[in-house]
Amino acid sequence: MQLASHPFKELRLDRMSRTFGAFNALHDVSLSIRKGEFIALLGPSGCGKSTALNCIAGLLATTDGGIYIDEKRIDQLKPEDRGFGMVFQNYALFPHMTVNQNVGFGLRMRNVPKAEIAQKVENALALVRLQGQGHKLPGQLSGGQQQRVAIARAIVIEPPLVLMDEPLSNLDAKLRLEMRTEIRRIHNQLGATTIYVTHDQDEALSLADRVVVLREGSIRQVGVPHELYEKPAHIDVAEFMGFRNHMPGKVTGRTGDRVTLSVAGSTIAGMASEDVKPGDDAILMARGDDIAAAKAGPQTLAATVETIEYRGREFVGTARTADGLELIFHSPTLTEIGSRISLSVNADRALVFAA
Amino acid sequence: MTDPDRHKNSLRQRLALHGIDGVTLMLLPALLFVLGVFVYPFLYGLVLSFQPLEGGGALANYKKFFSDPFLYNTIAATLRLAVPVSIIGLIFAIPIALRVRLLQRQRLLTTILVLPVTLGTVLVAEGLLNYLGPQGWFSRTLMFIGMVDSPLKLTNNYWGVFVSLVITVFPFTFLLTLSYITGIDPALEQAAATHGASSWQRFRHVMLPLLVPGLAVAFCLTFVQAFAVFPSAVLLGAPSGPTRVISIAAAQAAFEQYDDSMASSIAMIMAAVQLLVVLGVLAIRNMFYRGSTAGGKG
Amino acid sequence: MIRDTSLGAKLWITAVWAVVGFFVINVLAMIATVILSSVGTRWLGTWLPEAFTTRWYLAAWQEFQLSHVLLVTFQIVFMVVILSGLLGVTAAYAIARRNFPGKRLVMFIFLLPLLVPPITFGIPLATVLYKFGVGGTFWGVVLANLVPTVPFVILVMIPFIEQIDPKVEAAARVFGAGTFRLFIHVLLPMLLPGILASLLLVLVRTVAMFELTFLTAGPTSQTLVVALYYSVFAAGVRAVQSIDAMAVIYMVTTLVWLLVALRFVNPTQIVARPKQISH
Repeated sequence: MQLASHPFKELRLDRMSRTFGAFNALHDVSLSIRKGEFIALLGPSGCGKSTALNCIAGLLATTDGGIYIDEKRIDQLKPEDRGFGMVFQNYALFPHMTVNQNVGFGLRMRNVPKAEIAQKVENALALVRLQGQGHKLPGQLSGGQQQRVAIARAIVIEPPLVLMDEPLSNLDAKLRLEMRTEIRRIHNQLGATTIYVTHDQDEALSLADRVVVLREGSIRQVGVPHELYEKPAHIDVAEFMGFRNHMPGKVTGRTGDRVTLSVAGSTIAGMASEDVKPGDDAILMARGDDIAAAKAGPQTLAATVETIEYRGREFVGTARTADGLELIFHSPTLTEIGSRISLSVNADRALVFAA
Repeated sequence: MTDPDRHKNSLRQRLALHGIDGVTLMLLPALLFVLGVFVYPFLYGLVLSFQPLEGGGALANYKKFFSDPFLYNTIAATLRLAVPVSIIGLIFAIPIALRVRLLQRQRLLTTILVLPVTLGTVLVAEGLLNYLGPQGWFSRTLMFIGMVDSPLKLTNNYWGVFVSLVITVFPFTFLLTLSYITGIDPALEQAAATHGASSWQRFRHVMLPLLVPGLAVAFCLTFVQAFAVFPSAVLLGAPSGPTRVISIAAAQAAFEQYDDSMASSIAMIMAAVQLLVVLGVLAIRNMFYRGSTAGGKG
Repeated sequence: MIRDTSLGAKLWITAVWAVVGFFVINVLAMIATVILSSVGTRWLGTWLPEAFTTRWYLAAWQEFQLSHVLLVTFQIVFMVVILSGLLGVTAAYAIARRNFPGKRLVMFIFLLPLLVPPITFGIPLATVLYKFGVGGTFWGVVLANLVPTVPFVILVMIPFIEQIDPKVEAAARVFGAGTFRLFIHVLLPMLLPGILASLLLVLVRTVAMFELTFLTAGPTSQTLVVALYYSVFAAGVRAVQSIDAMAVIYMVTTLVWLLVALRFVNPTQIVARPKQISH
């Protein structure tokens, strides 16, 4: 008996919304997910990603909109009638049941015969590499092992959809990387459609087929990981993707996608991400590793070093221009605090957004 | 796809948004039970109290109660027992609880103290009849150590009921006070000590203000219990004399005169007196600090 | 803790412990008096009875029809425990897990039967029970005793339920458990210690509940504590020692369960009900 996944074509969220009183936790979220896809819902805390997941699971009622599997509307079903699998942030294992009973819980609720449950639980435990641990109680397992049990419990019922709510956030850094690889491996092996909620962009980018960036309850951008990383379509998404330098200025010229701005008295070029014309107020966004100490000249800003930290291969520092603009830069050598430096901005990788 | 009604939420979903679903409905059996077997009888009794058995207008029972000294004196008789017992209980409970909370092994003491509460008033009254009686160990011991010449009269009068109330009510007050006192962050007292407060100052300026709200509640609960004194007033007291408490009057109306209306009236008067005292105490309490006793992190 | 070693402080501490000792000694001596009297032959004007005997127990057993009274007591207590468990735990779950309009009012209604003394609400309650023809019957006594025990179970269970991670329940639901199976497979096993503790306390309280049973019981539905009251009330009719023997039987039935309950709860919890009361 091999674990399989559920036959369907598409899961569709249609203008799914949730309000708490006057607060719009989730607003008109529409998304269609193909069978077998791994979707990451990415955003800072409070962006509505967990609300979205709980609405899909049925743990939270939606206030508007629908959820469909193919043409079947499911948002009015109780959570127990949706048949999804879910992995919780703190694992939410049943503390009084053994690993076998935890994993077999969903099958037992579906009145699957005992022998079949035993077989499927064994397969699922093998898949998460927990053979021979079935008789233990969750309290006797390490955090990583508990997480594996939680994953086994979610996939053993062969659900149309697996929901994962920040499953790695309770693990330490090393285990987190290891489990990330495990989740990807299990997904590749089973092909179960997965929605994965996280606030960690690395996790989202490395795991997902497509990433959905949520902000203030709405979808900001949907795309494959490299698209999001290289070409964030929105200033919020850019911030989340590591564009930490935020340089407001006025557009002075534009040729094709190349835009020049006057920023803090210098002229800096970048790539247009939104439609900006000469004379507009705009914001130039750049990652820290696209700003480096250089000789004074074009495309540089003069600044005074304020902090400098060693980060292994290189130094990361902050510097402030005479106008008070703070910049984060990378440097291969130690620069002294208080020294005056010129910082050059990589024009091909800096993005210009309308202010 | 363009059907305008397609997103209409079901009634179940809309109720769930207001927190009403299958789980909330599990409240209903207990709620209906309390409404039917507690609230309804109480209201029924209230209405019944205005329908006197012998006529004479809606207020006849109340008029009768407040014009007959044999009836209205029961309020004073009950207060004479309940108020001193509650106050003495509280006054003794505070210093003892402050000491006991420092004990590592409180359990034996708290277990002994919970005994009389658990055994109940009937047993305590029965035991005291013998123990406090003229031949009992109490008088015998006092005579043995030469404190008195003849046995004290401690049963079938006010003092018998008083002692039985102290025995059943003090542990209750004490354990309540203890739970409030242990709820106060010890760091607050240590902080006061590092700022130079003596033990009396620490109690007066740190512990007492924090304790007042809890003590007020403890007093109310104690008083309400003591005010409802019944079996010991009959068994240990002088039920037609100084310990003719209000519950005796109510029970007599119900079981000896079969006047449910009068019995209900007396029960309502009993509830009203309790309510008045509780409201009075809580009003005084509100003049003091109310809030967290947990220190910094509330 | 801060230790004060001055003479005044030592005197004060001694005085505090002396009061505690005086109280405890008197309580224990009172209980000892009952026990000694129940096994003594004649006890007049001496420190101890003249001789010891067990015949008062036999006498009490027959005179007070204790086998019948004990049977009725256990039946009533058993029904009260089961019903208050069913009603109380389900309601506590709803209150712990849901916010709904009127929740504060509902909590207040549940608090009232614990705050109003039984004798106060017992008189109108007995009137209503007699009006509906259940007064004086077995079920009348059960109903009356449930009035304080159902709210008691609710208030004890709410914090127990609140400490269970709602995510565990969410997991059970997502994996296909409806409300009933959620209870059977997940909640009951996890809540068992709390339920056991609260029901044992209900048991102890019901065995000792005098007022409500006194007001609603008929001749065949008396519990032990009411029978004890009547026998003391009619003192002189029976030998004091056989009343004491009955009192000892009553103490044993109460204290056995108290001791069992104390394995699960702290004595303070028997008195200091959950914190809601203080607000």
